[in-house]
Amino acid sequence: MISTQLLFGQLLLGLINGSFYALMSLGLAVIFGMINVVNFAHGAQYMLGAFAAWLLLRFAGIGFWPALIVAPLIIGLIGIVIERLMLSRLYKVDHLYGLLLTFGLALIIEGGFTHIYGTSGQQYAVPAALTGGWNLGFMFLPIYRAFVVLASLILCIGTWLIIEKTRIGAYLRAATENPALVQAFGVNVPLLMMLTYAGGVALAGLAGVLAAPVYQVSPLMGSNLIIIVFAVVVIGGLGSIMGAIVSGYVLGVCEGLTKVFYPEASNIVVFVIMAIVLLLRPAGLFGKGD
Amino acid sequence: MDKKARLALGAVLVALALVAPFLLYPTFAMKLLCFALFAVAFNLLIGFTGLLSFGHAAFFGTGGYIAAHTAKVWGLTPELAILTGMVASAFFGLIIGFLAIRRKGIYFAMITLAMSQMIFFLYLQARFTGGEDGLQRVPRGHLFGLIDLSHPLAMYYTVLGIFLIGFFIVWRVVHSPYGQVLKAIREHEPRAISLGYDVDRYKLIVFVISATIAGMAGGTKAIVFQLASLTDVTWQASGQVVLMTLLGGIGTMLGPVVGAFLVVSLENYLAAYAVPVPVVIGVVFVACVLLFRRGIVGEIEHRLARSRN
Repeated sequence: MISTQLLFGQLLLGLINGSFYALMSLGLAVIFGMINVVNFAHGAQYMLGAFAAWLLLRFAGIGFWPALIVAPLIIGLIGIVIERLMLSRLYKVDHLYGLLLTFGLALIIEGGFTHIYGTSGQQYAVPAALTGGWNLGFMFLPIYRAFVVLASLILCIGTWLIIEKTRIGAYLRAATENPALVQAFGVNVPLLMMLTYAGGVALAGLAGVLAAPVYQVSPLMGSNLIIIVFAVVVIGGLGSIMGAIVSGYVLGVCEGLTKVFYPEASNIVVFVIMAIVLLLRPAGLFGKGD
Repeated sequence: MDKKARLALGAVLVALALVAPFLLYPTFAMKLLCFALFAVAFNLLIGFTGLLSFGHAAFFGTGGYIAAHTAKVWGLTPELAILTGMVASAFFGLIIGFLAIRRKGIYFAMITLAMSQMIFFLYLQARFTGGEDGLQRVPRGHLFGLIDLSHPLAMYYTVLGIFLIGFFIVWRVVHSPYGQVLKAIREHEPRAISLGYDVDRYKLIVFVISATIAGMAGGTKAIVFQLASLTDVTWQASGQVVLMTLLGGIGTMLGPVVGAFLVVSLENYLAAYAVPVPVVIGVVFVACVLLFRRGIVGEIEHRLARSRN
C-alpha cells in the first residue's frame, strides 16, 4: 500500500515540475509560432533567469520580488540582442539553422557559467513572505510551492489571453499566417518578431527566477530540462499554445505518479509517452500537422 | 573536380592516412578516425537525405557500450564485438527512425533528440554499463583471434581499415540509384512521393544504415580506448557531430572528415589551456551558422565550380 503522504508529495512535485514544463514549452511555442525558430537556448535562458536572481541578491541586495521583474527584463534584453544580431539573419534560410544557432548559444552560455561557477549548485532562499507551509491533514503543503503553481497558471493563462484576445495578439497571429500582408497594413513586423522573441525568452527567465528557491541554481539546470520540454512540445503539438500548457502540467503529474508506482522509469516516462503519442497522433495531441 | 583529380586526391589522402601514425600520436590519430566515421555516418542523413538527427550519439554510444560489454564480459574478438555493437545500433536505429520519420524538419530533430535522451537514461540506469564510471579496462583482444591489437600500429591500421569500409559503404550508398532517390527526397519530398517512391521506407532504411555505421564508429572507439562511458551518449555529443559536419561541409563526402579532424584537434589543443571548451565550440557553431553555412569543403567545392564556369 502506498502512503498518501508519498502519493500527494510526488503529485505536488509533479505539479511543480509540470508548471515549469508548461512555462518553458509555452515560451517555445510562442517563439516558434511567430518566428519559426526552435529556441534551443531556452534552457540556458531559464538558467540565466535563476542566476540573475541569485546574482542580484548577492551583489546588489535585490530580493526575490524585485528580481521577479528585473531578471526577466535583463534576459529579455539579451534576447533582443540575440534576435537583432543573429536570428534575424536566418529567417530566410532553412529553419534548422535557427535550431543550430541557438544550440551554439546554449553551449556558450552554459559553458561560460560552468567555467565560472562550477557544476555545484547555489542556494537561493525562499522569500520571507512565502516560507512555511500549511498542514492539509493528508499532506504538508509548502507555501512557496503552492505559489509557484499559482504563478505559473496565471502566467500561462495571461499569455494565452494576450495572444488570443488582444490587438497585439491579433497582429501576432496574423503575422504568423502572412507576414508580408500584415506588413503592408502598416504593422512593423520585424519589431513584432523581435518583441516576440524577447517576450518568449523573458518568460524562460521568469521561470528561472521562480525555480531558484525550488531547485539549486546551477549552470546545468536548464540543459536537461530543455530536452524534456522538447518532448512535451512534440506531445502537445508545437504550433499550439494550449497544447504546450496542458501537456506541460499533465506530463509533470505523470512523471510524479511514475515516481510513486515505478520509480525506475520516472526519467524516461515522458519520452515513452512521446513515442506512444507519435504512434497514434504524429501531429501531437493539439497539433495541426507539419 | 573531374574523375582523375578525385582519384589523385583519394590516393594522396590514403597515403597520408597510412603514414599518419608515424607523424601523429597513434591514439590521437585513431580518435580522429573514429569521430570522422561517426560524422560521415551522420552526414548520410543530413547531407544526402535532408534529415537532421539530433540524437546520433545514442547510436555511437550504443555501439560503444555493446562492443565493450561483449569484448569484456563475453570475451568476443574485437571484430565480433564491434559487429554486435553495430547490430544493437541498427536495432535502436530502426525503432527511433520508425518514430522520428513520422514528422519532418525540426520536429524530426526534436524527436531524435528526445529519444536519444531516453537511451541515455537507459544506460545511466542499466546494470551492465557501470553507471557514471562506464565500462573500463575493455580488452583490445586479437583481431580474428590472430593479430594482437595491444600494439598501437596494429590497432591503428585496423581502425583505418574499419574507417575505409564505413566510408566506402556511405560513398556507395550516396552514389547508387538508391542514393539518387535520397537526394530527390532532400530536394523536394512531395515530388518524390508523387513519383511513386515509398519515401518513408527510403528514409527508414537510410536512418538504419547511418545508425549502424555510427555504432561501428562508437564500437571501434570503445575498443581503441578500452572504455565506454556516458559522455558518448549525451546530447552534447550529438551536437558535436552536427558541428563537425557543419564545419566541414554538409552534403560533401570529405567535409565531415575534415570537420571531425578540426573539432577533435581543437578540443585536444584547448584541453591544455584554461579556456572552457564548450564556449569555444559554441562560438565556432555560431560562426558556422551565421557566416559560412557551406562549411570548409563545401566552400572549396563551390569556388572550384564557380571558377570553372
